Amino acid sequence: MIDLAAFIPRAIQQGIPLMYGSCGETITEKSGNLNLGIPGVMYVGGISGVIGSFFYEESCAGAGLNPFLAIFIPLVCSLVGSLIMGLIYSFLTVTLRSNQNVTGLAMTTFGIGFGNFFGGSLIRISGADVPSIALSETSSYFSKSLPFAGNLGWFGDIFLSYGFLAYIAIIISLYTSFVLKYTRTGLHLRAVGESPATADAAGINVTKYKYVATCIGCMVAGLGGLYYVMDYACGVWSNDAFGDRGWLAIALVIFTIWKPDIGIFSSVLFGGLYILYLYLPTGMDHMELKELYKMIPYVVTLIVLIITSMRNKRENQPPASLGTNYFREER
Amino acid sequence: MSKIAVSFKGVTKTFGEVKANSNVNLDIKQGEILSLLGENGSGKTTLMNMLAGIYYPDAGQIYINGKPENISSPKHAFDLGIGMVHQHFKLVDVLTAAENIVLGLEGKLNLKESEKKIRDICDKYGFEIDLHKKIYDMSVSEKQTVEIVKVLFRDAEILILDEPTAVLTPQETEKLFNVMRNMKADGKSIIIITHKLHEVKAISDRVAVLRKGEFIGEMITSESDEQQMTNMMVGRQVSLNIERKTPVNVKPRIVIEHLTVKDSAGVSKIKDVSFTANAGEILGIAGISGCGQKELLESIAGLVKVESGNIYFCEDGKDKVDLVGKDPEIINQMGVSLSFVPEDRLGMGLVANMDIADNMMLRSFRSGKSHIFTDRKTPRHLAETVINELDVITPGVETPVRRLSGGNVQKVLVGREIASHPSVLMTAYAVRGLDINSSYTIYDLLNKQKEAGTAVIYVGEDLDVLLELSDRILVLCDGEVSGIVDGPSTDKNTVGLLMTKKGGAA
Repeated sequence: MIDLAAFIPRAIQQGIPLMYGSCGETITEKSGNLNLGIPGVMYVGGISGVIGSFFYEESCAGAGLNPFLAIFIPLVCSLVGSLIMGLIYSFLTVTLRSNQNVTGLAMTTFGIGFGNFFGGSLIRISGADVPSIALSETSSYFSKSLPFAGNLGWFGDIFLSYGFLAYIAIIISLYTSFVLKYTRTGLHLRAVGESPATADAAGINVTKYKYVATCIGCMVAGLGGLYYVMDYACGVWSNDAFGDRGWLAIALVIFTIWKPDIGIFSSVLFGGLYILYLYLPTGMDHMELKELYKMIPYVVTLIVLIITSMRNKRENQPPASLGTNYFREER
Repeated sequence: MSKIAVSFKGVTKTFGEVKANSNVNLDIKQGEILSLLGENGSGKTTLMNMLAGIYYPDAGQIYINGKPENISSPKHAFDLGIGMVHQHFKLVDVLTAAENIVLGLEGKLNLKESEKKIRDICDKYGFEIDLHKKIYDMSVSEKQTVEIVKVLFRDAEILILDEPTAVLTPQETEKLFNVMRNMKADGKSIIIITHKLHEVKAISDRVAVLRKGEFIGEMITSESDEQQMTNMMVGRQVSLNIERKTPVNVKPRIVIEHLTVKDSAGVSKIKDVSFTANAGEILGIAGISGCGQKELLESIAGLVKVESGNIYFCEDGKDKVDLVGKDPEIINQMGVSLSFVPEDRLGMGLVANMDIADNMMLRSFRSGKSHIFTDRKTPRHLAETVINELDVITPGVETPVRRLSGGNVQKVLVGREIASHPSVLMTAYAVRGLDINSSYTIYDLLNKQKEAGTAVIYVGEDLDVLLELSDRILVLCDGEVSGIVDGPSTDKNTVGLLMTKKGGAA
C-alpha cells in the first residue's frame, strides 16, 4: 500500500511548479494569447534565479548569507527574467501580430537553450566535478518550513512542511480566481479573450490588457521554475532537469477548464500522477510496465478534453479568440 | 430650428487605395431621427465608425455640439455621449446581459447597483430584458435590446443603429421603432442605417444619402417618396416594382412528405414537414431565423441526414426519385442547386482566399480537360460573364473573393449557381445586406429562372420582398409548417403572425 503521509507531500511538491505554470498560462490565455512559450519561460525563471543567487553566494564567499537578500535577489532575478520573456512574446504577437503558435514554440526553444547555456556556463565557472550547481545555502532559506511543523505528525507533514513559495502559489491561484470572477478587471480581461472587438468597442484597452496579462502570466509561471530549483531540487541546477513540466502545465490549463482555483487541486493530482510510478509496490510481475504510469497525466488530460467537448457547455470552452491576434482596422 | 448635435466637415477616410469616404459634410440635429441611405460600399458604416471612434478620419473634422472633437477611441466617443449599435453585435457570448452592459466602465464592479439602473432604463423606454440570461441563449432581437441598453446605460445622447432591423420580424421591428420614438421624445439624436425604404418612411425625420463615399444630398422624409430616395441613392432612375408574371406550365418538381430532421444533439430541427415546390414557380420560405430553413434546404441538397420522410424529385417524363440518402454530388448532378448565403456570407459556397475564376471552378472541376489536368479556361470565361452581366465591382477575375464587398460576393455566388442551369434553385438570404440596386438584380435573375421553368425556392428575411416575389409562401415556425399561403393575395400581417404561431394551418 502506498504510504500516504509520504506520498502526499511529494505530490504537492511536484504539483507546485505545475500550479504556478498553469495559473500563469490561464491568466495569459484569458487575454486570448496562447503562450506556448511557458516551458521556456519557466526555464528562464529558474535559471535567472540561479544566476542571481550564484553571484550572491560567490560575493559572500564563505561568510553567512543575509536571509533577506538570499531570498530577495533570486526572486527579483527570476521575476525580471520571466517578465522579459513575457515582453518579448507580447511585443511579437500583440504589437507585430506574428503567429502565436510559432512565436510560443520559438520562445520555448529559446528559453530552454538560454537556461542550458547559462546553466552550463555557471557550472564551468564554479569548476564543479559534477554537471550541476548546488546552491544549498540559498535553498535552505527557500525551503524553510514553519518551525513547529515537525512536531505535528502527519498533519504537519501534509500541510505545513513546505517552503513559502508553495503557499504563495496557492494564494496567487485563489487571488487570480477571485479577480477573474468578481472584479471589473477580471470581467474586462475575460471580454478581451472572448471577443477583443467587443472589448475594444466597449472602450477597453485591448493592447494593454493583453500585454499586462501575458507579462503577469509569465512572471507567475517563472516562479514555478524558481520553486523547482530552489525548493524542490534543493538548490541544485542541472541542465534539462526541469523536463517537460512546462508542457504539463499547459495541459493542466485545459484540465482545469481555465479556472485557477480548480488548478490548485488538479496540480497536486497531476503532481501525484507524475510520480505515482515511484510509489508502486515493488516486486510485482511486469515491473517494466511501470513506465506506462508516466503517461497517466497526459491520458487524463485527453479524457478531460473529450468530456468537456462532449458536454459542450459554453463556459467550459477556451476563450473564443484564443490564438488569434486582434487588429482594429482589419476589414 | 433645433441645435446641431453632430456635424461632419469634409471628412475623408481611405483604406489602402479605396476611398471609403471623401469630403463628407453632414449635420445631425438634436432630437431627430436621421436615416442614412446608400448602396453597399457607399461608406455609411465607415462614416459612423468614425463617429464612434472605431476609425480615425484621414482628413476633415467632426464637431460634437458645436465643438471640434478628435474622437480617438470608442471610450472617447462614449465620453462624448455617442453610442453605436453595430450590425454584427459586439457582445461577449459567455457573459450575461448585465455583465455585457457594464463592460468597459470604470470603478468597482457592483452588479446589483448597475442592475437597478438598467431596470430603470428599461422601464423608461419600454425594453424587456432578462439581465441574468447568457448572450448565447438569446435570440437576435434580445441581443439587440442588450446592445441598445448598453449604449443608453452610458448616457448616450447620440445613438447610431447600423441596420438594426435586418434580422427582426415585423412585430419586433415595430417594437424597436416604438422604443426609438420614446428615445427621440427624450431628446436623443438617432442615426439609423437601413436598406428598407418603408422603414425609412416610417421612422425617420430626415434622410441623408451617400453614394460611393460622397455625400449626395438630404431630404425631409415627409416630403419625399421611396422613388425619389432610390433615385438619389443609385444616381439614376430605378424601377421599384418586382415583376411577378403568372406562373405558366406549373408542375410538381420537388415533393416533400413528412420530413423530419434532427441535429447532432438529437433536437428536431424539422418536424413532419410536407410541401411541394413547383417548376416555374417561386416558393418563398418565411420564418424567424433559425427555425429550420437552413436544415430544410440542406436536407434537399443531401447535406444533412434525414431522420424520416421522403423528398421526391420529379423530372419531366421520368419517374419520381427519392433524394433521401443520396450523395450530395449525385443530387447536384441531377440539377438540384443550393446557393446558400450563410450568415458570414463566405462560409459555404465560396472560398475567400481564392479568386473569382477559381471559385467558379469549384462547380466544374470534375469535368476537367482530362482525368489529370483541370480546365481553367471555361471557369474563367464564366467568371467574366458573371462579372459583366451582374455588374460585379472588382479589380479583375484574379481578385480574391475576400476583398469584394458583401453584395458583390453574393452576386458571384448566385451567378455561378444560375450558370449551371439548375432545375431546382435554392437560395437562402440571397439579398442579405445587399442594397436596393443589387437586390433587384438578384430578384430579376430569380424571376428569369422561374420563367425558364426552374423550381425556385427562396428563403428571405424581408417580408415585403417575399410577398412581392413569391407565388406561394411557406411559413416555418420552430421547424414546423405553420401555413402555406398564396403570394399575391396574402398580406404581411398574416405571414408575420404565422411566423410566431406554431402548428395551425392557415
